[in-house]
Amino acid sequence: MMPLGLAMLSQPQIEIIVIAVVVSAACALSGVFLVLKRLSLVSDAISHSILLGIVAVFFLTHDLASPLLIVGAAATGVLTVWLIELLTRTRLIKEDAGIGLVFPVLFSIGVILISRYAGNVHLDVDAVLVGEILYAPLDRVDILGTSLPKSLVVMVPILLINIVFITLFNKELKLSTFDAGLAAALGFMPAVLHYVLVAVVSVTAVGAFDAVGSILVVALMIVPAAAAYLLTDRLSVLILLSVGIAAACAVGGYFAARALDTNIAGAMATVCGIAFALSLTFAPRRGLLAQVLRRSRQRVEFAGQLLTVHLLQHEGEPSAEYECSFDHLGEHMRWSDEFAAKVVARVVQEGYIERSGDRLELTGLGRAVADSALGKS
Amino acid sequence: MISPLDFINDHTLRTVSAGAAMVGASAGALGTFAVLRRQSLVGDAISHAALPGVALAFLAGAAVSGDLAKHPLMLLAGAFIAGWVGTLCVMLITKTTRIKADTALGIVLSVFFGFGLVLLNVIQNMPTASKAGLDKYLFGNAATMLTQDVLVIGIVGSVAVGVLALCFKEFKLLSFDAEFMAVQGWRTNFVDILLTTLIVVAIIIGLQTVGVVLMSAMLVAPAAAARQWSNRLGFVVALAALFGALSGVIGAGLSSSIERLSTGPTIVLVVSAFVLISLFLAPARGMLWAHLRHRRLHREVEVKTVLVGLYNLAGHHDDPYYPHSADTLDAVGVHSAENTLGQLQQRGLVERSGSDWRLTADGVKEAEAQLSAGGAA
Repeated sequence: MMPLGLAMLSQPQIEIIVIAVVVSAACALSGVFLVLKRLSLVSDAISHSILLGIVAVFFLTHDLASPLLIVGAAATGVLTVWLIELLTRTRLIKEDAGIGLVFPVLFSIGVILISRYAGNVHLDVDAVLVGEILYAPLDRVDILGTSLPKSLVVMVPILLINIVFITLFNKELKLSTFDAGLAAALGFMPAVLHYVLVAVVSVTAVGAFDAVGSILVVALMIVPAAAAYLLTDRLSVLILLSVGIAAACAVGGYFAARALDTNIAGAMATVCGIAFALSLTFAPRRGLLAQVLRRSRQRVEFAGQLLTVHLLQHEGEPSAEYECSFDHLGEHMRWSDEFAAKVVARVVQEGYIERSGDRLELTGLGRAVADSALGKS
Repeated sequence: MISPLDFINDHTLRTVSAGAAMVGASAGALGTFAVLRRQSLVGDAISHAALPGVALAFLAGAAVSGDLAKHPLMLLAGAFIAGWVGTLCVMLITKTTRIKADTALGIVLSVFFGFGLVLLNVIQNMPTASKAGLDKYLFGNAATMLTQDVLVIGIVGSVAVGVLALCFKEFKLLSFDAEFMAVQGWRTNFVDILLTTLIVVAIIIGLQTVGVVLMSAMLVAPAAAARQWSNRLGFVVALAALFGALSGVIGAGLSSSIERLSTGPTIVLVVSAFVLISLFLAPARGMLWAHLRHRRLHREVEVKTVLVGLYNLAGHHDDPYYPHSADTLDAVGVHSAENTLGQLQQRGLVERSGSDWRLTADGVKEAEAQLSAGGAA
């Protein structure tokens, strides 16, 4: 039985949603490691330079549907990263500049090859950048007698490659991501794993960009992982969350685009951005809101300690009557009345201080707090 | 083929190459600071982030004036504001969370660009849509540059470079020792924002010449090339501007003389050729010279090793002139020593004895001198 919501959708729409979920899950899986390994912009570089790989394979095979495209793309991805490392290793160019130099060159060569020698072929730069998932259900192939969208036939195995890669090399990936030095010392060859990861990213990018365009590949790889990164410290949770966020954003973006009659890939990227903004603002502990609240709580806490120390200093002195009064705080501590009231309410509640009218008196507990704040016992 | 006269006589070529030259010069000069501060990829993020600004400015222009004619200054202003907001987002994300700069750039790049695509689609769906002028921002189209575009580029670029010249000392200090600058009482945040603003300006005016994807190369490549030639910042900035301008002119010339060679990618390939040439041929830092230096040193060491080796081997026979075969020198770590022995023979330090080699009197003296200079070997 089909759920009621789904029943209202036509078959191509359901297929688009399924493709979107599969693409986003595959992207998010490899994206997590890019974000953790500070390779986020390598996805940008790869997703642009695979254009050259696609063009090269096309010239060799004259077939845009050739499975060799995947191989060519993976090779270009690895080539891109290798070139960047080659430039960086000369120590004449820093890594960031290396990335910024390599992919525009490869992309330019790709664009020039297309415009000079493949003008009449359906291989246009526009589609590479933007992509159009709307047409994905139109391009179909028959598998075991069932007609399926080509994107799905391509992307499901790619998703499986991602899943197998991450489960099979879970331990190695974890180790080389968080402590590449130790991984190398233990003989896990982080450099080899690095290139395998790059190859997996490239294959995923080429499979996905056909459907969603290269910019959305970057969005789906990086943004959900970054949003999830603010929510958890556990790698396994991070991976699952990223996939969940990516899939939700893809589906949400699809419906938003349908409602607004606009570009689907762009809408998906925008929804990813909204998801990240939400995570940035509301993440418990790491979010902006949590940071602001924590800071204001710490301000009151610290002020309370300061107050106990102040009272301890003047306890028993002749001036205590004046120094240890509520009205004096504004002058002595330079607190606003409002803040002073907040601090006093807090320390009274904690049981550090007793308040009788205007007069503030330390309790035994308050004295201990002041002593420990001063570093005595 | 194109002749230098065409640059004077051909109006279109003159316009395009003047525009490209000014884009290259301002991007080169300001890009030097981006590369120096390891912010090479900021250019990539800003150029993508500018897209929604362009689209919004287009919509705003349509709302205000009622017609959809494009206003170059207004689109430029929109791109500038969006690029600037994008940079602020990157700063916010990196300063408040544990997300690193590369991921923050990737988020801004993909989400802003995605949102820009959504807006572009909205514009395209408008009834009287003439999206002329908007596509240019995506892929760059120098060939359609008008005199007024070149004027805008020239004026805005000159202002940016002028401010750079005025504040050169401050920017230099910021790039090399920001902490010292802060200690000296400068408001580094303000200087940082001013420099970033200028970089945004340089990127924005280049967008319609080379397009979003390739703009980052225009920012990075001239600077990376110029850096190889000197250690003096002023010289590097000037040289980067020159490289950028030359690439613009050469690229524009090539693409107008060869059919179906798009201007943007051609300029990028030219500027990358500058990088490659500089990496190999720049005096002092160039890899060719480094390689030659390395080989000369290697040969000197080998000569010494063979000389001292022959001396030590002969020492086992109580006869400093005892001959040995070239293969014996394997024992001191020099393989196929014939070449080196030939050189020593020319200098009169060794001589042939049958198929073997032995030291001459001068050779013995030289070997003893080497040994006493370098300590016991």
